[in-house]
Amino acid sequence: MAAEPLLSVRNLKTYFAQDEGLVKAVDGVSFDVAPGSTMAIVGESGCGKSVTARSILRIVDRPGRIVEGEILFRRGEAATDLATLDANGAEMRAIRGAEIALIFQEPMSSFSPVHSVGNQIDEAILLHQAVSRRGARDKTIEMLRRVGVPSPEERVDQLSNQLSGGLRQRAMIAMALSCQPTLLIADEPTTALDVTTQTQILELMRQLQKEDGMAIMLITHDLGVVAEMATDVAVMYLGRVVEQAPVDAIFHDPKHPYTRALLRSIPRIRSRTRERLTPIAGSVPHPFDRPHGCSFHPRCTDFIAGRCDASAPELGPAGPGHAVSCFLYE
Amino acid sequence: MTAPLLTVSGLRKHFPIRKGFLKRTVGHVRAVDGVDFHIDEGETLGLVGESGCGKTTTARCLLRAIEPTAGTITMRVNGGDVNIGALGRSELRALRRQMQMIFQDPFTSLNPRMTLLDLVGEPLLVHGMKSRREREDRVADLLRRVGLRPEYMRRFPHAFSGGERQRIGIARALALHPRLVVADEPVSALDVSVQAQILNLLLDLQADFGLTYLFVAHDLSVVRHISNRVAVMYVGRIVELGGTDRIFSAPKHPYTAALLAAVPEPDPRARGKRIMLQGDVANPAKPPSGCHFHPRCPHAIDRCRTEVPVQQPIAPGHVVACHRAQELKLPGVD
Amino acid sequence: MAVLAPPTTPAHEPAPLALPEQRIFVASQWQLMWWRFRKHRLAMVSSVIVIGFYLVVLGADFLAYADPDRSEAQRSLMPPQRVYFFDGWRFAPYVHGFKGARDPNTFKRVYVADPTQKVPVRFFAEGFEYRFLGLIPTTRHLIGVDRGRDASTTIFLLGTDLQGRDLWSRLMYGTRISLTIGLLGVTMSLVLGVVLGGLSGFYGGITDTIIQRTIEILRSIPTIPLWMGLAAALPREWTILQVYFAITIIISLLGWTELARVVRGRFLAMREEDFVVSARLVGCSQLRTIFVHMVPSFMSHIIAATTLALPAMIISETALSFLGLGLRPPAISWGVLLQQAQNVQTVAISPWLMLPAVPVIIAVMAFNFLGDGLRDAADPYGR
Ligand SMILES: Nc1ncnc2c1ncn2[C@@H]1O[C@H](COP(=O)(O)OP(=O)(O)OP(=O)(O)O)[C@@H](O)[C@H]1O
Ligand SMILES: Nc1ncnc2c1ncn2[C@@H]1O[C@H](COP(=O)(O)OP(=O)(O)OP(=O)(O)O)[C@@H](O)[C@H]1O
Ligand code: SF4
Ligand SMILES: [Mg+2]
Ligand SMILES: [Mg+2]
Repeated sequence: MAAEPLLSVRNLKTYFAQDEGLVKAVDGVSFDVAPGSTMAIVGESGCGKSVTARSILRIVDRPGRIVEGEILFRRGEAATDLATLDANGAEMRAIRGAEIALIFQEPMSSFSPVHSVGNQIDEAILLHQAVSRRGARDKTIEMLRRVGVPSPEERVDQLSNQLSGGLRQRAMIAMALSCQPTLLIADEPTTALDVTTQTQILELMRQLQKEDGMAIMLITHDLGVVAEMATDVAVMYLGRVVEQAPVDAIFHDPKHPYTRALLRSIPRIRSRTRERLTPIAGSVPHPFDRPHGCSFHPRCTDFIAGRCDASAPELGPAGPGHAVSCFLYE
Repeated sequence: MTAPLLTVSGLRKHFPIRKGFLKRTVGHVRAVDGVDFHIDEGETLGLVGESGCGKTTTARCLLRAIEPTAGTITMRVNGGDVNIGALGRSELRALRRQMQMIFQDPFTSLNPRMTLLDLVGEPLLVHGMKSRREREDRVADLLRRVGLRPEYMRRFPHAFSGGERQRIGIARALALHPRLVVADEPVSALDVSVQAQILNLLLDLQADFGLTYLFVAHDLSVVRHISNRVAVMYVGRIVELGGTDRIFSAPKHPYTAALLAAVPEPDPRARGKRIMLQGDVANPAKPPSGCHFHPRCPHAIDRCRTEVPVQQPIAPGHVVACHRAQELKLPGVD
Repeated sequence: MAVLAPPTTPAHEPAPLALPEQRIFVASQWQLMWWRFRKHRLAMVSSVIVIGFYLVVLGADFLAYADPDRSEAQRSLMPPQRVYFFDGWRFAPYVHGFKGARDPNTFKRVYVADPTQKVPVRFFAEGFEYRFLGLIPTTRHLIGVDRGRDASTTIFLLGTDLQGRDLWSRLMYGTRISLTIGLLGVTMSLVLGVVLGGLSGFYGGITDTIIQRTIEILRSIPTIPLWMGLAAALPREWTILQVYFAITIIISLLGWTELARVVRGRFLAMREEDFVVSARLVGCSQLRTIFVHMVPSFMSHIIAATTLALPAMIISETALSFLGLGLRPPAISWGVLLQQAQNVQTVAISPWLMLPAVPVIIAVMAFNFLGDGLRDAADPYGR
């Protein structure tokens, strides 16, 4: 990993205080994203991936609140701690959408249904760049062409629900990249798409990254997508990063029992036909009912009684660029 | 295996598109447009395809959850053939003992107002098991069988996670000891770590009860782990059908090959060149002429634009609907 | 792929769950809804108010202390009397007697309290005869003053109207009429709405088309002129009871369309719900599918929609009667009472005639908040 990370998240905690109890959606997450790299955040539903992304952009829904931690974002020489900025202040607004862009998980909600796709991209450009309306429109059309929208001059005036899922996601990428961000956060950009469309979108993102050199923080639960895209991987479980490593190490030298079990349990296309899988026992605990100690211990096969259920392990080094949060490696 | 358990031929389902104040029909969505296949007793037929290609519609037509527009569905019952499409309401209700469905979404498919006992016991009740004690025993048995504790019988579904709810759905489907189980994407909505549990459970139950599955999925890796044979659908038609190994190692239809190549593998060392399809899945309300796949097919020739390819056997038990099936050499995954 | 050892030990059972959480696991729909509703403060307060209003409906004659129809020219337009609760240090509520006289300049009656005369207020006092809850004949009322004394010793909590009738007692009776008219209207709308909406949603096709078009046509007629036209067409010689039912029918005429829409929409959506399809596939009969699976799922929504429809009914009756098109004296309803406050001059001199507007506002708000609370609680399974 490069010496100077572009984004460095340290011990981030984002909690939701609800009537029913406190949901520790993100509970001490730390990871680094190097400039120009692709950092994949993987984990199962509800483990806090989206909340992490939203915390970085400071758009956590109420009643969510960052209660602790640093989000150091490099801008030129200096690093700004996004966690301390005013979420609606001028500085955060200048960063959001321009320096850090986001592609949402929900395909329908990312565009307003009443304005044309082009107008919405225009607005994003006008907000952050000193160009005229005409200039913005030209840039929008050029961006749409770049992301592979056929006949962008016509498509630019369409509403988002007139576009297919794949085209909508392309338009979303065009909007995100229109201000040349240094970091693109893509929250499950292909989960709602078909595999053949997914291939197209992933290829597009890879190509745009090569051209523009931005870093990508790719959030997904699909280990196939991770293997395809990532340079580095952080594996999350119940609001914490349990393992972080370069992509090859995650797949070929996984350390954390959760990562190992996950890799063992996923169905593979190159398996023997009707081969039985090796599942992880139990299920992801309810958010109000997180286990004590290491949150994975009730499902872990290497569980050390009296240790893993007593205190929570810290993320510690386990090899070059490899960190793991497990008592087996302390 | 002798005669197949279920035979489907010429199945069609066209949904009318209605417009205007008087709701006149202005066209049809050809959701299922001429599908033929059979399922042998005790096997699993995987049905794969991208979203909107008509998998759910096909599955629901088999069970008469929706009425097919055309085609025949025949099931072997007690040595004789029954035409499911022609059954009256009471005969159909009786036949429901033989065929059941597992739904995709474990959150919407269980009535939230019923306890596990009522949910799993309902099929027994409506098919004549009136004694509550007897039902309780059976339900306890079924719950144990799918890996849930019978003590949870009085709980409501909201007490359970997605994976556990799917187990409840499976118990409900198996309550009547059906022979055919239609599973519509039973693991698509589940957490990655729970998918494997449910797939294994389905394999176990199949072995124990001699079940026959129609397993609908869009994820080819999942299909590989459960199916004996695979049917690949594209815009309302089956384009290829054959043994799982053959489909995965030597696909004969360009769409199957593209679908296989598109699945990202969980191994960074296997990154490489993929066949990338252009464009999107065709709209079933306005399908392309000839071979529905021709606008996206890298191997299309003039004939593909005009002439609809028919299903032709290319090897025993392997049929393909492509004009160039014989000549093309397509890569598989093995 | 690294070679991974298969798991050696099975993962252990998770620890048993805490008790309060288990309670929720076995909680039925109504319990969950109640837990949710309880959190809605305003709705809780409103439900107490609404219960209070219906207690008034039941016990209007008990709460009234004067015959609402007995008029006395001597007592015309008397202002509300102040109630003194303590006589010295003793709790013994009383009001002052008063003297009425005509102002020689304006010829208006003016009333002067006579501090020397204390008229004790009695609880469970004797009054006019009525049947409690329509069953038990009695003469007891919640409060009252001793009878048989001279005419100046009476009590008028909210003053009197032009004919010298006690406003408080009239308000009690008015509440009874106005709220029952709303309730009856809503019940009729509900029956019509559920039956027609249900038919429309369940059978679909031509039935649906006819019912839907009828609803659209009905809804496209502007409400107020229609009501006014219909109400004005009621024969003058009809009895109070006939008018009462006629008005109920008129105001429920349009209410049902909304409820029919809600029911139909629910039915249509519900028919496609996975769990309803599942019920059919498992072999449930049509009746079982409808009554065990579909109806309970939208029952609570219907209750909420009904509650939200009530205020409109109450306002309609009040408005019609206020304009003289609804109930007519000698019937008493909120609208009829407010009719007296139509004249700006009267209101300026006798502002207490506006008091019947207060329960109208409170009732409408209470029903709205209650409906909101019910609606929010109606679907306790929303994720
Ligand atoms: N607005 C909110 N209010 C309350 N809790 C929330 C809210 N948003 C998220 N959470 C909780 O935070 C936790 C993490 O949610 P998050 O959306 O980050 O998960 P995720 O990893 O993105 O999952 P998915 O794969 O389903 O998108 C969940 O347990 C969720 O219940
Ligand atoms: N009730 C309906 N009315 C009109 N069109 C319908 C209806 N049900 C399905 N369709 C259309 O039929 C086509 C096939 O739908 P179907 O649900 O069978 O697809 P699928 O293969 O199951 O897709 P998915 O993977 O998204 O579940 C789609 O284009 C869909 O829009
Ligand atoms: S028939 Fe033609 S277009 Fe269709 S799959 Fe075969 S080669 Fe491609
Ligand atoms: Mg998410
Ligand atoms: Mg489907």
